[in-house]
Amino acid sequence: MTYFIDRRPNAKHKSAVNRQRFLERYRKHIKRSVEEAVNRRSITDMERGEKISIPAKDISEPVFQHGPGGARNIVSPGNKEFVAGDKIRRPSGQGGGSGAGEGGASNQGEGTDEFAFTLSREEFLEFVFDGLELPHLQRKPLKSLEEVKMVRAGLSRDGVPSRISITRSMREAYARRIAMRAPIKRALKEAQEALEAEERKDSVLRNPTRIIELQAEIERLEKRIAGVPFIDTYDLRYHQLSAQPQPSNQAVMFCVMDVSGSMTQNHKDIAKRFFLLLYLFLEKHYEKVELVFVRHHTAAREVSEEEFFYSRETGGTIVSSALNLVNTIIEKRYPVGQWNLYVAQASDGDNWDDDSNICRDLLIKQLMPQLQYYAYVEITPHDHQSLWHEYESVVKQFPERFAMRQIVEAGDIYPVFRELFKRRLSQSS
Amino acid sequence: MSATRKRKPIATGSDWNFSMLERFDAELARLADEYRLDSYPNQIEVITTEQMMDAYASVGMPVGYHHWSFGKQFLAVEGAYKRGQMGLAYELVINSDPCIAYLMEENTLMMQVLVMAHACYGHNSFFKGNYLFRTWTDASSIVDYLVFARKYIAQCEERHGVQAVEQLLDACHALQNYGVDRYKRPSPISAEEESKRQDEREAYLQTQVNMLWRTIPESPAGISPLPGSLHSDDDPLGLHSGGLYPSEPQENLLYFIEKNAPLLAPWQREIVRIVRKLAQYFYPQRQTQVMNEGWACFWHYTLMNRLYDDGNVDEGLMLEFLQSHAAVINQPAFDSPHFSGINPYALGFAIFMDIKRICEAPTDEDREWFPDIAGTPWRETLEFAMRNFKDESFIQQFLSPKVMRDHKLFLVVDDDQVETLEVAAIHNEQGYRQVREALATQYALSVREPNIQVVEAAIRGDRSLTLHHVQDSRRPLGRTVYPVIRHLQQLWGFPVHLISMEEGRVTRRFHWPVEDENSVS
Repeated sequence: MTYFIDRRPNAKHKSAVNRQRFLERYRKHIKRSVEEAVNRRSITDMERGEKISIPAKDISEPVFQHGPGGARNIVSPGNKEFVAGDKIRRPSGQGGGSGAGEGGASNQGEGTDEFAFTLSREEFLEFVFDGLELPHLQRKPLKSLEEVKMVRAGLSRDGVPSRISITRSMREAYARRIAMRAPIKRALKEAQEALEAEERKDSVLRNPTRIIELQAEIERLEKRIAGVPFIDTYDLRYHQLSAQPQPSNQAVMFCVMDVSGSMTQNHKDIAKRFFLLLYLFLEKHYEKVELVFVRHHTAAREVSEEEFFYSRETGGTIVSSALNLVNTIIEKRYPVGQWNLYVAQASDGDNWDDDSNICRDLLIKQLMPQLQYYAYVEITPHDHQSLWHEYESVVKQFPERFAMRQIVEAGDIYPVFRELFKRRLSQSS
Repeated sequence: MSATRKRKPIATGSDWNFSMLERFDAELARLADEYRLDSYPNQIEVITTEQMMDAYASVGMPVGYHHWSFGKQFLAVEGAYKRGQMGLAYELVINSDPCIAYLMEENTLMMQVLVMAHACYGHNSFFKGNYLFRTWTDASSIVDYLVFARKYIAQCEERHGVQAVEQLLDACHALQNYGVDRYKRPSPISAEEESKRQDEREAYLQTQVNMLWRTIPESPAGISPLPGSLHSDDDPLGLHSGGLYPSEPQENLLYFIEKNAPLLAPWQREIVRIVRKLAQYFYPQRQTQVMNEGWACFWHYTLMNRLYDDGNVDEGLMLEFLQSHAAVINQPAFDSPHFSGINPYALGFAIFMDIKRICEAPTDEDREWFPDIAGTPWRETLEFAMRNFKDESFIQQFLSPKVMRDHKLFLVVDDDQVETLEVAAIHNEQGYRQVREALATQYALSVREPNIQVVEAAIRGDRSLTLHHVQDSRRPLGRTVYPVIRHLQQLWGFPVHLISMEEGRVTRRFHWPVEDENSVS
């Protein structure tokens, strides 16, 4: 007796719990690998899983087994030239060396040093933001700067020659030609019939004058038909364009970071998480996100991502140099109408005293009116310095669009981010 | 295959549907009946690739409790599969009543028919007929028991935390190969009774343990002091005269733990029991790999050929089958890069085919080697061989000189005290018996796994547990011994000593927690 059951519709992922248990158990190993991956990868390259290797000995499930040594008998297939009593040099490499060491005794492959598997994208991000509780990222309508885009909107009778719609114009011409020729053709037909009737008459009864008249009439009508123009200005149709407001679907994110001597690699790693988070968020909202990396000590420079995070420089700190540079770049490359502009700044709070109020003015007067959002994180366990206090007055002016936070360790990043996210939510609803 | 074709093939091509499978199954059932194959009813489940990987990860158990090691297994299978390093097995079959067999939806029609012949009639009849399965497993209750185990362990996780349960399972898994009774028949498991009697048993077990560990020592009546066990000078009051506990060495470590570990909570004993019961369930499979696969291959080969002879399948399907069959029973030579030990499918298939040959067309050699079976009806002889042996004794009984010649088997002695390996015997007149003996031994679990037994629990002393490893041919324990006795110590709760002995001499001592003495040796 046999029953057939189609189990295919059943739930997949029966092993999901076990998989989670495994990841949980080797959290430390996996986290280390993920951290290495984050440091190695570019910010724009976080949206994929990661191959993780764990030393096999760390995850083995031990059972009692025989170690190498002692005497053992091994039966193997495929003898070609051996006869009883032959001595064979021991193959180099202990353990399973004879190739038949395992014999039929074990079918479990052993001896691989690494246990490798792949984290899915979600699992990877979960480890990246371990403890940060990555919010549920969704595409939400953001308030965007309006940009006008010309779109085709029907046809019109006048326009420039480059926008002529050939098909439509030809169709109009064809209709006009039919319409204009029809009455002439009808008259022509009548005249021809009359002429034929006249010519069919007996030669005695024919009216020669009438024939000449009709022939002249036919000639005149044929001329008129030929005279109907193939195309007329009257036929021409032009594509019409109308101006439509278009939300911009591209954004640029400026990463601004202080690279003066006081910023350690640890500070930079925290900053990287922060930039990454904002990037992931923006990527959900815009079709295209560009990144601009601006680093500064006493002078600011636009650099590659690699250089941004990993090269070291020393020197003092003048924040306004970076803000000026951002402003210049916006003017040159990212016209406000077409781009949503975001700036994320990370610093340890150091700045030349005289410079902080310059920064404030620069922000209030020049930058903030153009920006969607400005997020500032100060990575320091110490007291605030002048820059923080000056920025506080910026917050007062732009409470909607300027956020600042102090961060001591990676776990503090999320609240800053949540602030941005929450605000947007309430605004859009 | 020259039989007259009288019928049209049931189906051709590589696509299949359920009605085709049903018609093929009916035909296979008819043939199996003709061959008097006795099997459980079949429950054939069609599953996806991913479900197959799930099934793999839980060692084929249709329901399993949760544990990270199954997740690891899943990741390993998934990784290897995605990298294209391995194909999934085409089938998986579970020793249960009804016998559950999985078919993957990606399989071709030929493959589905082959799997049905192999699993649903081959393995199935083996499960039902072989004495080990009959004695040690209860096919009718295993699925219920698995459900019970899963529920119980989930409850424990809720009550005592995932981590506590996980650690306990880790320890039990490390010892699960030592959780089987090798010689006496276990009582059949029944999920219903298990849960019904569970509370009762918890209470009962605890009283047993309490009896054993009560603090006021009292010489139990009936146990006479062992002669000379301890000098009366050391123990004038005879407090230690109760003899050793246990009175005989115990080979079922998990059973001993479940009944005797002093500090385990009742739920912990229950989990030890679950792991032990499942290990017991899988025990016959570990001992009948060659026979089980050989039997299934023999029958898929026989049945597929019958389908063809009767005109139920066409040449195209048959060619596809033969190619697949040849791959399954391929045995690379020891020096081939593809060699990974002896292929149990190949060896088992060869032996069963050879038994049939010996029955039908015995040579003089066969008459000399197998006077009992040469010329007998093959079907009865095959049934006898399937029912009454395990790999070790099956090879010892039925491996014929012809199969040894065909496989060119040879025996190498690897002794670490000798500089070279020595070829002790090959497939010739002088070597047959020695090769066969050695191959049979190679499949004996008692040789494959170190022989370890509990010899003493110091119930009147420091409560330490002493085990003996009976060493053979100077083969030492592998490096995993420390992690394993650490797990054992966690279960036992007090120090654990493991002593390797060979011919009455102590060769090595292992202790957990590690003692100083050890670092010296």
